[in-house]
Amino acid sequence: MWGFRLIMRNATRHKLRTFLTILGLAIATLAFIVIRTLISSYYASAEVIPPDRLITRNSVSIIFDLPLAYKEKIERVDGVLDVGYGNWFGGLYNNDPRNFFPNYAVGPDKYLDIYSEYLLPPDQKEQYLREKNAAVAGQSVVNRFGWKVGDPIRLTGQIFPGDWDFVLRGIYKGSEPGVDETSFIFHWEYLDERIREMFPEIAGRVGWYVVKIADPSQAPVISATIDEFFKNSPAETLTETEKSFSLGFLAQMDTLILGLRIMSYMIIGVILLVLVNTMAMSARERMTEYAVLKTLGFRPFHLIGLILGESLLIAFSGGVMGLLLTFPALDAISRMLQGFFSGFVIQDLTIILAAGFVSLVGLLASVFPVYRAVKLTIVEGLRSVG
Amino acid sequence: MGKTLVEISGVSKSYWRDSLQIPVLDNISLTVVEGEFLALMGPSGSGKTTLLNLIGGIDKPSSGDIVVGEIPINRLGESELASWRARHIGFVFQFYNLMPVLSAFENVELPLLLTGLSRKERRKHVELALSIVGLEDRMKHYPRQLSGGQEQRVAIARALVTDPTLILADEPTGDLDKHSAEDVMRLLSSLNAEFGKTIIMVTHDPRAAEKAKVHRNLDKGELV
Repeated sequence: MWGFRLIMRNATRHKLRTFLTILGLAIATLAFIVIRTLISSYYASAEVIPPDRLITRNSVSIIFDLPLAYKEKIERVDGVLDVGYGNWFGGLYNNDPRNFFPNYAVGPDKYLDIYSEYLLPPDQKEQYLREKNAAVAGQSVVNRFGWKVGDPIRLTGQIFPGDWDFVLRGIYKGSEPGVDETSFIFHWEYLDERIREMFPEIAGRVGWYVVKIADPSQAPVISATIDEFFKNSPAETLTETEKSFSLGFLAQMDTLILGLRIMSYMIIGVILLVLVNTMAMSARERMTEYAVLKTLGFRPFHLIGLILGESLLIAFSGGVMGLLLTFPALDAISRMLQGFFSGFVIQDLTIILAAGFVSLVGLLASVFPVYRAVKLTIVEGLRSVG
Repeated sequence: MGKTLVEISGVSKSYWRDSLQIPVLDNISLTVVEGEFLALMGPSGSGKTTLLNLIGGIDKPSSGDIVVGEIPINRLGESELASWRARHIGFVFQFYNLMPVLSAFENVELPLLLTGLSRKERRKHVELALSIVGLEDRMKHYPRQLSGGQEQRVAIARALVTDPTLILADEPTGDLDKHSAEDVMRLLSSLNAEFGKTIIMVTHDPRAAEKAKVHRNLDKGELV
């Protein structure tokens, strides 16, 4: 008890120095957690994709389309339960690039059944299926623009020109954290009908197929079978699991992600030096006091406890402050990046790693002062007086 | 004649600075009996503080033996010495050396934390020690809120709170004005006279030395 009291008093002896050190630690912890959470959220949408879905796309590139006629052939492959399809639409709300969110045309009606992680109230689903220009949006995008069911929504096409009017008939939520809630989907027929009028030569084509299979372990065989079907055709296909497809998409940012990961560890290193400096200064100032304590009969383990305790106290204070600041910070970042992330979930592993690094920083920062205090002879310590 | 408390036999001490050996004490022999108030005097650099450190077990002689209360302390290991100091020695320093973040009460309580006494018992001892030095009304004050003389009295209370066998005072008045120095010396005298405490004091202040019963002089590391 007295030890903790003395640790507290020592830690608050130079209030400004201690506060600035704690603040530094808090900012480092905050940066570490935020960077890791951004990275994990970036990959989260791929992590929650069920293994029983495949994506079939044009083997040249996703930007090349496929004939709608492929659907029936894919449905005939053994092990395939359902087939859906979609086209990237790329429309802008209020024709403002800042209002970006993913929007695409999907079909047929059972598409929503294939995406069982999108939870949509049955009455809203029924309403959506009844109207040609109906749309369904994720909770995140709805919150962002303050929409409600029944609202008319106009998107300005960037790929398919003109204004496109929709009526919001459903709002879906993810069945678990990480499920994308930023998308806006509408009927493929609505898109195709207008394309047929404007550019009949590209009507009746889809951007990709989504294939629901019975047994995920059969994914490689089914993928190969589908691709074999369309070999030597004008539009050859490439089929892979939806998770692989998404990760491949996300891999475009791998270098940047690696840079962020390295930066998060460098931050820990920098703040270690800050705390080492603070503790070294404190210890240097207290050599006489350590000598007096030794004179009174206190043993090296008492001094180790005092120094290590103070270092850990400062480190944990910074860590806790950083963690508490993380929530409003992520909230603010979430608002800024609404088109890209549904929301942020701090992973348990991130908290464990942050706590681990904070403990390690506290421990390492005390090594040098502890060494000096333990090695200090009483005579040397007392000689440094006045 | 009282019982011998401190017996120093043929003690020498030298320090090494780089490859140069610097002799500080040369073949010192000295006896201090229980209840004695000894003043060790001498010019700066004569080895007074070094001798006091050796008697207090915070430094070790290069040769010779030091027996305090029948214990040959120069043969004790570091941890045994630490326990021995806690039980038997009360130190008073020239610059008081109080912990600035602890109140007068907490400073005096420090040595008792190693004794296993209960909190209530510790409080009783601390209050008694502070009342002996006349600072019972300053218990909650921090060192920065006390005068130099008061700080030294707190340091004396810390030195006597464990009821040590021996009190060692190194220039206890060296940093005090005349008035405060007289107060401190009166206090040390009364600890010796009224409570029978054995005190060894290093000083080069003749007025302080007057209060001691026995005077020994050191010069260039030798008792003269």
